[in-house]
Amino acid sequence: MSSTGRTIVNVGLASCGIAAGAQKVYEAFKTALDGFEVQLTFSGCMGMCYKEPLVEIRNPDGTRHIYGKVQPAQVAQIVEEHIQKGNPVLDWIVYGDGIKTPDSDYIERQQRIILKNCGVINPEEIDSYLEVEGYQALKKALQSMTPEQVIDEISRSGLRGRGGAGFPTGTKWSFARKSPGKEKYVICNADEGDPGAFMDRSVLESNPHGVLEGMLLAGYAMGAENGYIYIRAEYPLAIKRLKIAIDQATEKGYIGNNILGSGFNFNIMIREGAGAFVCGEETALIASVEGKRGMPRIRPPFPAQSGVWGKPSSINNVETFANVPWIILNGADSFNRFGTESSKGTKVFALAGGIARGGLIEVPMGITINEIVHDIGGGLASGGKLKAVQTGGPSGGCIPAAMGDTPVDYESLKKIGAIMGSGGLLIMDESVCMVDVAKFFLNFTKEESCGKCTFCRVGTYQLLNILERITRGEGRPGDIELLEEMGEKIRAGALCGLGQTVPNPVLTTIKYFRSEYEAHINDKICPAKKCKELITYLVKADVCKGCGRCSKECPTGAISGEKKQAFVIDQEKCARCGLCVSVCKFKSIQVITGKGEGVTSNG
Amino acid sequence: MGETIKDSDKAALDEIVQKYNHDKGAAIMILQQVQASFGYVSEDMLDYISKLTKVPASDLYGIATFYAQFRLEPVGDNFIQVCHGTACHLAGAEQLSEAIQNEIGIKSEGTSEDGKFTLEHVACLGCCSHGPVITFNGETYAKMTPEKVKKLVRQAGKSCQCGNAEGSVKEGCEANV
Repeated sequence: MSSTGRTIVNVGLASCGIAAGAQKVYEAFKTALDGFEVQLTFSGCMGMCYKEPLVEIRNPDGTRHIYGKVQPAQVAQIVEEHIQKGNPVLDWIVYGDGIKTPDSDYIERQQRIILKNCGVINPEEIDSYLEVEGYQALKKALQSMTPEQVIDEISRSGLRGRGGAGFPTGTKWSFARKSPGKEKYVICNADEGDPGAFMDRSVLESNPHGVLEGMLLAGYAMGAENGYIYIRAEYPLAIKRLKIAIDQATEKGYIGNNILGSGFNFNIMIREGAGAFVCGEETALIASVEGKRGMPRIRPPFPAQSGVWGKPSSINNVETFANVPWIILNGADSFNRFGTESSKGTKVFALAGGIARGGLIEVPMGITINEIVHDIGGGLASGGKLKAVQTGGPSGGCIPAAMGDTPVDYESLKKIGAIMGSGGLLIMDESVCMVDVAKFFLNFTKEESCGKCTFCRVGTYQLLNILERITRGEGRPGDIELLEEMGEKIRAGALCGLGQTVPNPVLTTIKYFRSEYEAHINDKICPAKKCKELITYLVKADVCKGCGRCSKECPTGAISGEKKQAFVIDQEKCARCGLCVSVCKFKSIQVITGKGEGVTSNG
Repeated sequence: MGETIKDSDKAALDEIVQKYNHDKGAAIMILQQVQASFGYVSEDMLDYISKLTKVPASDLYGIATFYAQFRLEPVGDNFIQVCHGTACHLAGAEQLSEAIQNEIGIKSEGTSEDGKFTLEHVACLGCCSHGPVITFNGETYAKMTPEKVKKLVRQAGKSCQCGNAEGSVKEGCEANV
């Protein structure tokens, strides 16, 4: 955005910002700026989710400042000091031109290609996108490139599928182009079912035209005239902004018939997913687009030969499409300057869990886990030690802290049993129980298994049963080996990508955290003190002030005592919900693991 | 079959089906639209839609039960979704769910006996940096604690059905609470 000579106030209004209260901040600015010669606008996600709500002020000289954790009560002062008097309120600024803040590294160590426009443009105004070279790549391709040249450029760029599997995008398009038949489809996979991943949501909410332009270029390249966006219904704001973007692009002639007078026709339709993780798998997604239950099928035929309605189709992830306009505009060579030999470009990650600075980051491929966690993410939120990083969602793997120097690229991650996945990076500190984490993912995949093949349906159920037993303190010798054996068989025998990767969290946690499984099974203890059946809550009598808060909040009435005297927990009644720990202001509730160790009871 | 649907509801269903008449494979979209209008998709409605679309009722039932989004029962006056994504799980989503269950008197997901609350677990709302996250009647609440969630539930429980969403009981309505 160039200098306009006047002040612009930009509030980040993506779902994450709104959840943190950004809409109220926007309204407060609206009131406070009434009568001022200031443009109030909004954008999508600026990336620093941990500092939401975020407000950027673009000064008349073109410099910018971003305020973090802005509350409506601060708005009047920001307007008075910064806008009226020209004195930015430095204490509240998290990032700004010419200012070094503790958060500067978060932004400065990133490399933005896909997120270039996120948090910058107004996602509901096509003109805002056009100002930042929007639809120029489409224009360039239609006016000066053949479809083959577009495919060639994408192939030379080295772009690989950002949905996780990493298949070369140019090759995929070329298959679809070569498939016989006139009717072909471009499909944007915006299902993003991985819990812990929100890159696609952010990109769609922040830069919807970038994704549409990528789809249009794909359509031109492979000779398709229709595109579907398959998007989760859980993302209502992304759906709303996509609809607006499609309408505006159609009105301006970038979507529809005879686009920019080139003779190229392309229409885009939205299909809302209805909540099924398996629909992220391409053959299941196709079934769902056709209005059926989202069951995967055996390949071949591949979608490039027989996809939606039996026609050649190419399915790419949101982030893959978002890369395309940049590559066409700047050239393959500029793109593959970033990244490693086999993984070119950048990758967007959703940094979440126990990290100090959680949010959306874009980094060059090949960066190490440690650099992401410590340099960009600012280390652990608890101030404690890193235990593991989970990549790739429920079908990914847990990487132990000791392997923090692993470079993040498709091959390196695969080598250590993890996967790139769509880009969720869950940071875990020492308080996380790895057996519980494995159980959590298995519980998810058991629920989400479509049930078509036995390996996944029954295998997942059995793995979960064993894990549940172990966390209940009923683990048996041989359980670990049984989990490993079954995991390998499910991996080999399941029909689709979901089933084949279901065992990953179990296998990697066993591989890298075996002693934790052994502690649960052999010693009946949960070292992280998370597994309910293996822990006991106790009131530290010398710390307890006898305020009675825990007793009042305890849902099972397990805590009793006299005011101003130490309270006691009845172990028979205690449901181990941990509510007492969260309400106690004096940290007088302790958790111990191992049955019978110093347990007192008044029951 | 389908006889228990009111005429006015039939008209609404006719209109929805009509809207997607020309769309190939519209079954999911029709059911989504029905749920958006009615809050759920009952078996009677599925039978009626089947007659209109000629899609076998078994197929429609198959879709409605396959996808997590569809509900075959109406929801309570207040609808709470607790995100159980990984980040929210690590941040204590289970405690939130338990606190809500205790508060509204149910054992797992579902609707409370008085019909005032429905609790649903969802896979991921995509606000992972702000976990644990819930939605309460469509509004998203970040960084929730069991205490905050209990307060929210109690407040909503106290509010009567006279359109006052603020939680304070209007005069004369207490008898209905």
